[in-house]
Amino acid sequence: MTLLSIDDLVVEHRSPGRPVVRAVAGASLTVGPGEVVGLVGESGCGKSTLARAVCGLDPITEGSITFDGEPVTPLGLRRRRLTGIQMVFQDPYASLNPRRRVGDQIADGLRTVRDTATAPADLLERVGLPREFAGRHPHEFSGGQRQRIAIARALAARPRLLIGDEPISALDASAQSQVARLMRDLAVESGAGLLFISHDLSVVRLIADRIAVMYLGRIVEVGDTAEVWADPRHPYTRALLRAVPKPDGLGVLPAELPGDVPDPANPPGGCRFHPRCPLVMDMCREKDPDFGPVACWLHDQR
Amino acid sequence: MTLDISGLKVSIGGKEILGGVDLRLAAGRVHGLAGESGSGKTMTGLAVLGLLPHGARVSGSIRLGERDLLTLPPKELNRVRGGEVAMVFQDPATSLHPMLTIGKQLTEHMRHHLRLGRAEAKARAVELLGKVRIPGPEEAYGRFPHQFSGGMRQRVAIAIALACSPKVLIADEPTTALDVTVQAGVLRLLRGLCDELGLAVLLVTHDLGVMSAVADEVSVMKDGLVVESGPRGQVLREPAHAYTRSLLDSLPDAELR
Ligand SMILES: Nc1ncnc2c1ncn2[C@@H]1O[C@H](COP(=O)(O)OP(=O)(O)OP(=O)(O)O)[C@@H](O)[C@H]1O
Ligand SMILES: Nc1ncnc2c1ncn2[C@@H]1O[C@H](COP(=O)(O)OP(=O)(O)OP(=O)(O)O)[C@@H](O)[C@H]1O
Ligand SMILES: [Mg+2]
Ligand SMILES: [Mg+2]
Repeated sequence: MTLLSIDDLVVEHRSPGRPVVRAVAGASLTVGPGEVVGLVGESGCGKSTLARAVCGLDPITEGSITFDGEPVTPLGLRRRRLTGIQMVFQDPYASLNPRRRVGDQIADGLRTVRDTATAPADLLERVGLPREFAGRHPHEFSGGQRQRIAIARALAARPRLLIGDEPISALDASAQSQVARLMRDLAVESGAGLLFISHDLSVVRLIADRIAVMYLGRIVEVGDTAEVWADPRHPYTRALLRAVPKPDGLGVLPAELPGDVPDPANPPGGCRFHPRCPLVMDMCREKDPDFGPVACWLHDQR
Repeated sequence: MTLDISGLKVSIGGKEILGGVDLRLAAGRVHGLAGESGSGKTMTGLAVLGLLPHGARVSGSIRLGERDLLTLPPKELNRVRGGEVAMVFQDPATSLHPMLTIGKQLTEHMRHHLRLGRAEAKARAVELLGKVRIPGPEEAYGRFPHQFSGGMRQRVAIAIALACSPKVLIADEPTTALDVTVQAGVLRLLRGLCDELGLAVLLVTHDLGVMSAVADEVSVMKDGLVVESGPRGQVLREPAHAYTRSLLDSLPDAELR
């Protein structure tokens, strides 16, 4: 049984006088109960848009999203709370209410599940913050502290699906592993699913059961974390893993991907990665490889 | 130009946030600043720009060449800020104005500080957007912040900070929202600006891989103090302080090193 199923999802951003931006251009992905799926990919490739669509915040253009067997449709804020999907937004400052104490904001989540046994301070403690922070306002915190607060607030509502959009990007290395593990444990213990969006591949590797790699609106590779890590098959995945800078103190600048970052309003024809692919073949310029789990003509196993 | 922070203390509402920070930035060098979350890295950067929260008490000195920024009259400090010294804020959403196109936000500073004409300013803005790897820079010029992804907003903020050719750049976690390949481009850009134009950079980052790739010197903060400072190779390979060591040991790939 899958908890979340995304099928051939297309999400477009339209604004007056601008070309249509097809931010998600036919993506499929599943998350099972108790499963942690890491979603990685180039900045601007559509990860947040996909996450927002799952929460019913961005309308679906084509394809479908099912959560618990029910189609996800754009919802009012109240209803969404009750559906059991919680999201930690990429920008914690914009998602926390600046005028309310953080304790009160966490209490809102507890109330939706009628939890009277847990205090907001208990949740702050779980994410590694002092209990007395509950009485402070968001602007009184550092960047990393705010991220932890956003996580505490999402956990309060005991979601059945938790989506973290770069939820720990501002934490130091030791806090990152600690909070990432906490998110994983909570998901696995309660049988919730976790969709974890991150640029930090070493953290994804630490907590994800499966990795999905996204490029320009498509999922180009999915697989078990250890397998993808040991044997990345899509040329984009390979480039990504190669560009992780190593803390060896040697001053080596990591490699960039050649070519321009593509514009989703004007994607290249054929395989979307072909203009930047070191292994490009004639076929790649003509036809889009729209099959999985590795969308690449080098790995056509049909 | 050098920026010399010495004995910097900051307290807010009676609580000590910085307890005497010493840091030195030199032209053409990247000084990396790591440290525990909440240790005062952002406050240090904000102090340099005179942007500490209302009611904060400051002492010590921040010397930019011959001037002490802490005692500079507000009007002169305004000229320094955004001109000679620029900052990329940790939270790009708070530094971009939601109702103005990014083109407007990029060129306003240039026209003010560099006295450029409209066309010149636009050409420079488009060039900068390309340099920070924004796709379709010509078209992106006319868009509003919310029409970009998180990482693109972060890159726009970097472009704005670089717009007036600063001598000193304080970059507070400038690549946290970027994937590693785009990050590689931005790090190369920063390194190039140091090497070619003599920019002095304070790079706040918790990513020790990033630190290792571009920083010349590395300082590590904890509880409002710099607990360790030295050349990159030394701090990352032979850390002297227990906290630095614990950071290196906690890396998920620690066993691979
Ligand atoms: N407006 C404020 N009023 C009171 N305390 C504050 C305020 N802003 C920040 N602080 C406190 O000052 C300390 C230093 O914050 P700062 O933002 O400099 O940390 P940081 O090192 O940048 O951390 P991070 O890595 O999480 O961004 C933190 O303990 C924070 O809680
Ligand atoms: N409201 C909007 N209007 C127009 N275009 C948008 C809007 N929101 C996002 N986009 C565009 O959609 C694309 C995907 O954006 P999205 O935020 O989903 O990327 P992302 O993968 O989360 O990137 P990042 O890693 O930088 O956060 C980008 O090209 C972005 O410019
Ligand atoms: Mg995003
Ligand atoms: Mg900070």
